[in-house]
Amino acid sequence: MKTGAKILIEGLQREGVKTIFGYPGGVVLPVYDELYNSDMQHILVRHEQAAAHAADGFARASGRVGVCLATSGPGACNLVTGIATAYMDSVPMVAITGQVPTSLLGNDAFQESDITGITLPITKHNYLVKRAEDLGNVVMEAFYIAGTGRQGPVLIDLPKDVSTQEIEYEYPETKSVSLRGYQPTIRGHPRQIERAIELLFAAERPLIYAGGGVIASDASAELMALSEKMMIPVTCTLMGLGALPCDHPLSLGMLGMHGTQYANYAVTECDLLIAIGARFDDRVTGKLDTFASKARVIHIDIDPAEIGKNKRVDVPIVGDVKYVLQEMLIKIQKTREYEKWNARIKAWKEKYPLQYKSDGVLRPQYIVQQLSDLLNGDGIIVSEVGQNQMWTAQYFCFRKPRTWITSGGLGTMGYGFPAAMGAHFAQPDQPVFDIAGDGSFQMTIQELGTVAHYNIPVKVAVLNNRFLGMVRQWQELFYDRRYSYTELPAVDFVKIANAYGVDGIRVDSPEEVLPALKAALACDGPFVMDFRIEREENVFPMVPAGAAVNEMIGGLE
Amino acid sequence: MKSHTLSVLVENKAGVLSRVTGLFSRRGFNIESLAVGTCEEPGMSRITIVCIGDDAQIEQVMKQTNKLIDVIKVSDITERERVERELALIKVSADPGTSRAEIMQIASIFRAQIIDVGTKSVVLMLTGDTDKIDAMEKLLRQYGVKELVRTGRIAVLRGAKTVKSSK
Repeated sequence: MKTGAKILIEGLQREGVKTIFGYPGGVVLPVYDELYNSDMQHILVRHEQAAAHAADGFARASGRVGVCLATSGPGACNLVTGIATAYMDSVPMVAITGQVPTSLLGNDAFQESDITGITLPITKHNYLVKRAEDLGNVVMEAFYIAGTGRQGPVLIDLPKDVSTQEIEYEYPETKSVSLRGYQPTIRGHPRQIERAIELLFAAERPLIYAGGGVIASDASAELMALSEKMMIPVTCTLMGLGALPCDHPLSLGMLGMHGTQYANYAVTECDLLIAIGARFDDRVTGKLDTFASKARVIHIDIDPAEIGKNKRVDVPIVGDVKYVLQEMLIKIQKTREYEKWNARIKAWKEKYPLQYKSDGVLRPQYIVQQLSDLLNGDGIIVSEVGQNQMWTAQYFCFRKPRTWITSGGLGTMGYGFPAAMGAHFAQPDQPVFDIAGDGSFQMTIQELGTVAHYNIPVKVAVLNNRFLGMVRQWQELFYDRRYSYTELPAVDFVKIANAYGVDGIRVDSPEEVLPALKAALACDGPFVMDFRIEREENVFPMVPAGAAVNEMIGGLE
Repeated sequence: MKSHTLSVLVENKAGVLSRVTGLFSRRGFNIESLAVGTCEEPGMSRITIVCIGDDAQIEQVMKQTNKLIDVIKVSDITERERVERELALIKVSADPGTSRAEIMQIASIFRAQIIDVGTKSVVLMLTGDTDKIDAMEKLLRQYGVKELVRTGRIAVLRGAKTVKSSK
């Protein structure tokens, strides 16, 4: 005989789960009691939101399904932001919540919340398990659904009486999940792939627009091969950075609202846009009517619902990006160079580089650049949301996939620090840096307790401008500098870190930047850097909301 | 913008209706009519949804619905040869005397059945398409419609063809 809790833990082990992030509570106690016996590592966070973000960061850094665990009611509700973050960025995650006993469901019992109802719009699927007999299948299905097709979070809600119920149960020897309502399309349609290749050869000015789907599909090598074979320039979305090394001659960096000028000019002028694992988000397209308006569009995506959702597509290819690109590479026999087009792009790159003032003032772009040079392709960079995120996307040179972890779709402040903890457990040999703002860091700063507790060597670089910087930037540009509730009082982050037993350093001038970064890297444990940066630095270039992407403002002349 | 009839085959599981309707409302689609019940396949239910939108919008909502794990198949049968029916129960004020005779005459023209008779009212049952039910309701209004209950629209393809269960 086995309890439901035992079946759950066994199921997790069979899925290869080694680390889970969680927070105990009343009705999840049977599961915690079972965890006590197991050799699985459980990281006790300081707030359930951090458990979800850590599981998410683990998943993004490893490509495997991340797992978080919380109790019912407030515990489950605190996971919500983390689950929504994972959903918007298609991150594979299984969230497990305790629930009140089935006899009390719907009774407004103590710490009861309808978490399957609450998470309906932000999970790929969810389960309320009412019988221990169903639990084994539910665990297998949850991991299968989370980790295949367009990946995403799946929630399992486990009432207390189900986790204590004892039944005879053995998992099948080999896992096989078959769901008649869920059969993702992996291979692209051969005729559409041929049509795409025809368009490639007919084009004069092709451009690849690569998104997070390239990372999720582990298709960076195929992307580079296609780009190099045909000499097609590549621009990446925020989620796609690292798919092609930033210093690759065919790389145009990021496009969109804070993209490079040359990427946005290229997308405006191209006559063929090859969208790969990207979804034409409004932060990328700006005014949709003028986005790639001279181009025919090939769209490769595993999710059929993304194709044609925002932009009319000439050649739709539903399939896993990796398989589709492999198929294309086999079928492309000749090569092309598109010399005139590449020469034009090269001229834009020379004429409109990313730049910032170099005048002895401590500027955030310089800090990011110094870190990029210091790590030289190593390490995992996580960011918070806002200016810190955009400066990192612009100035850090990402060379490999899964080395850049950020909340793109939902834009969750407070994501970075706990996600960085999760990333460490995925890649324990890699240095992990969270590039933060003082606003974002304070949203999950309690996790200093966790990194101190487990000596998790996450390095936090706070770009401290005592503002909610991105909001302040919008107020400066579009609200006549009326800084309504965006100024924050000074916080001594080093003192806070020290109180938790974490080392830290304060940096006020450019000369101190590199020594501080080196000190962080040399430190065995967690480390906090409090960079007192120029307060009103802006992220440029910028496409105002609703404008065409080639109508950028700001930047140095 | 036009009316579309979608036939949605789903797993017969708790919460599946709220997954489908929640998705429609979340993505900004109004459901004109909805009917749900078990169907010929054990363990499955069929939901018939009538909604209004242009072709691109309908395509998008169908794709999104198809992504739900518990949804087995979504078909737009608007352009296909089909029969559609609704059922209405209408309680009409009917004093013994002239109005009652007139109501019974209207019922017979529309081939409605009288399924209950009271001292001051009768209950009619009518099946047909939306227009037919609307038309009869309009005629009965002069006598006083005390209560009107309608099912959602249900539809089936003509001939031997079926809306089958492969996604």
